Amino acid sequence: MNKFERYFNRPEGTETRASDNVLPVSRRGFLIGAAGAGFTLAFFRSGLSFAQPEEVVEAETFDPTIWYHIFPDGRIVVNIAEAEMGQHVGTALARIVADELEADWSKVELHHVDSDPKWGFMVTGGSWSVWQNFTPLSQAGAAGRQALIEEGARLMGVSPDQCQARNSQVTAGDQSISYGDIVSRGDLSRTYTEDELKQMPIKPASQRRLIGRESRALDIPDKTDGTSQYGLDAKLEGMVYGRPLLPPTRYGSTVNSVDDSEAKSIKGYQQTIVLEDPTDTAPGWAVVIADSFHAANKAAAKVKVDWSAGDTADVSEQDILDHAVELIDNPDKGSLMFADDGVDEAFNEASDVFQQDYITHTVLHFQMEPVNALAYEKDGTWEIHTGNQWQSLIIPVLAKALGVKEDKVVMRTYMLGGGFGRRLNGDYAVPAALASQQLGKPVKLVLTRDDDCRFDSPRSPSYQRLRMAFDDNGNPVGMEHHAAAGWPTQVMAPFFMPKGANDEPFDPFSAQGAAHWYSVGPHRVRPISNDLANATFRPGWLRSVGSGWINFALESFMDEAAYEAGQDPMDFRLALLKAEGKNAGEAPNSVGGASRQANVLRRVREISEWGQEMPEGTGLGVATTYGQERNMPTWTACVARVNVNRETGRVKLEKLTLVTDAGTVVHPDGARAQVEGAALWGASMALHEGTRFENGEPVARNLNTYTPMRMGDVPELEIEFIDSTETAVGLGEPATTVTGPAIANAIYAAVGVRLREIPITPEAVRKALQA
Amino acid sequence: MATEFELNGQAVTVDIEGDTPLLWALRDDLDLTGTKYGCGIGMCGACTVLVNGRATRSCITPVESVANASITTIEGLDPDGEHPLQKAWVQTQTPQCGYCQSGQIMQAAAMLKDFPDPTDEQINSVMGGNLCRCMAYVRIREAIKLAAGEMNGAGADNASVAGGATNE
Repeated sequence: MNKFERYFNRPEGTETRASDNVLPVSRRGFLIGAAGAGFTLAFFRSGLSFAQPEEVVEAETFDPTIWYHIFPDGRIVVNIAEAEMGQHVGTALARIVADELEADWSKVELHHVDSDPKWGFMVTGGSWSVWQNFTPLSQAGAAGRQALIEEGARLMGVSPDQCQARNSQVTAGDQSISYGDIVSRGDLSRTYTEDELKQMPIKPASQRRLIGRESRALDIPDKTDGTSQYGLDAKLEGMVYGRPLLPPTRYGSTVNSVDDSEAKSIKGYQQTIVLEDPTDTAPGWAVVIADSFHAANKAAAKVKVDWSAGDTADVSEQDILDHAVELIDNPDKGSLMFADDGVDEAFNEASDVFQQDYITHTVLHFQMEPVNALAYEKDGTWEIHTGNQWQSLIIPVLAKALGVKEDKVVMRTYMLGGGFGRRLNGDYAVPAALASQQLGKPVKLVLTRDDDCRFDSPRSPSYQRLRMAFDDNGNPVGMEHHAAAGWPTQVMAPFFMPKGANDEPFDPFSAQGAAHWYSVGPHRVRPISNDLANATFRPGWLRSVGSGWINFALESFMDEAAYEAGQDPMDFRLALLKAEGKNAGEAPNSVGGASRQANVLRRVREISEWGQEMPEGTGLGVATTYGQERNMPTWTACVARVNVNRETGRVKLEKLTLVTDAGTVVHPDGARAQVEGAALWGASMALHEGTRFENGEPVARNLNTYTPMRMGDVPELEIEFIDSTETAVGLGEPATTVTGPAIANAIYAAVGVRLREIPITPEAVRKALQA
Repeated sequence: MATEFELNGQAVTVDIEGDTPLLWALRDDLDLTGTKYGCGIGMCGACTVLVNGRATRSCITPVESVANASITTIEGLDPDGEHPLQKAWVQTQTPQCGYCQSGQIMQAAAMLKDFPDPTDEQINSVMGGNLCRCMAYVRIREAIKLAAGEMNGAGADNASVAGGATNE
């Protein structure tokens, strides 16, 4: 549907083919047409508004997406084009439809669809799904309800205004008829123009019966008995297994020779092939082919490949960070996302200027299911079986790699064994497709964990510099934020990059978080692409992307600035969240503006132990965020309580208290689960994870060296949502961004040392305490 | 080479290399894909199955080493998928992506034999070997306690449930 729509409302020259699939909801009508057994209820382009519903349904020219189908037995199947990766997105979206439809929830089923242009632009990320779908899904449900009432009234011989719909029944007095019977006996066929759709009687929040009520997620039962199907579970008769041999650098390595003489004795080994990749997605790859994955693995250990390594074979984490400092020191580099007038004057006239630098290190996705794909050609179409978050991004790449048209590539849908942004980048499907084409048979390509880490699109290391100008009274009067990192969007989807005030494009996902709602006078935000990072690895979108590293720096800095100004860190923030001018907020997405961020902060102060005496070595730290985007703010505040062992430097995270205002919450338990997981992800990145690049590759490649949070590390969690009927916004990511800075700030409160680098290691804490 | 063992109560034979990890024998030769591959070095627990009742990392267990043993996978934990742990996993709405959960449940099933009424410390110690990347840890712990309560005859009526979720 209208994914990314707003990113396309930009000056000419930035449009791409992808935008052809993106049509604003306001330009669409809606139809109900008989299709097989039952009726399909779908949006269609306004240009087709005179077509007969049946013709449109039969020709499948509805666009950009079909919503749902009601069967004569009363079943309601809602099509879900979003990837299911643990966020229970199908449940949330279906409940929006079902609420307006007045459907019996027990009759609702989900259908996760395969890639097809008719579904529109397929991407799942950015915490967008509920926010972007809420209004169209509500309209789709309301249109269905209205049609069912009209047709039910006719069948019962009463007037529609005598009827009401509830629980998949239309009732009038003591008569009633089920939706299934209406579908069997009536004719629901109708079309609605875009204006009629806008006039659909959407229920007031007080009449909602499913949205905001507790329910179980429909995807969960299959995840407790082993029946849920993930990409790794895809299987086809006659397929062979492929295990890659990865080159020494992500780009630029070439294969000189392959010696598989020692592998020939491995039972089940077939051959080793070298891929030719016209898209440069998997350059320099060799793939070991065998009857089984085990045989491929055994053979892989014996195949010798001689590579000429690319230019980045010696690059280290420190090289990338040193380069970032050079970029930040050069005022001509980067884009200006914010460039208010008067920043330089504010700093020139300031009575005090406060400046600090912050570093975040490389983070791996380490999703539980290593990336994999099964690829084969069937009847002239390439079938790609794998879990993926952004089908519309990788299908054109697959088509180019295979030398076929995009309509000859279809991606089959599976559950994702963790997404976290890793599978927004579908690069792993390309070598599977190339291997299958080269061999002329189905290939199941599976990366080992070691391969998966080496081929990951990690969260880039970042280097940031923040500055604040204060007046004589200690009030902030100007601010600067310079943030250098590898940019995933520049590397993989440059058409999504808006231009800054200096006409230079920037990666919005690597800059978000800096566009904060504090009133601090003129503000300059300068995101800078770290070209050495981009050349060394393929930077990834990782849960919350830039907000993850940017909010660590911003909220650490706000804490430090508070102490610089001699104020309590909570009071300092609250005083700056004035909800004035550009921070006042606007309908429909940011109603209330900074006042709602202040509200979650005040609430977290109330329910945490803020201001209370803490035991020796224990402290509280606060951090807050507006979430992922200024136009989709998820107001979040967090207080962390830590205990620091001065001898060992070990930080024990004792408790996290979080308050979230996400507007309307569709699926409360699912929302809570997202905040639980996101908060712990942030804590894990602050205290447990992180690796570094050495010799052009990440050092950590499995759990012996990469150490995400385990059960024993989990703190007490207290999570609260603000009761609200404002616009529903996103929940998958925002809590990720507050726990890290809250922990660092708590360490300062506990033992008086500032840790400006994550992950925070015991060694770093000890060193800081000794300094 | 042929290896015989009992799988979820049925006698099976696989004719594959003896050093093949049990994980791949289960998934690729016996078509039981509920057991998952995560790390390949026994450190994530996604591949956990029961071998003669003991929780075992199938990714580092050669199939020849389980000859004549009794193996239980997630598919065989309960004929109807209604083991108290499975019911508790649903009641607490524990799984997110779900990929690790077969291994979590099998590890928990073994633990409850050793510790029928486990403390937080015991749960942390035993379950610490099972990574959940979605970080559903709070609910995993809650679900284990819920199941333990049911298995000990206390019933689940008074147990707390995440968000009070009910199936309408």
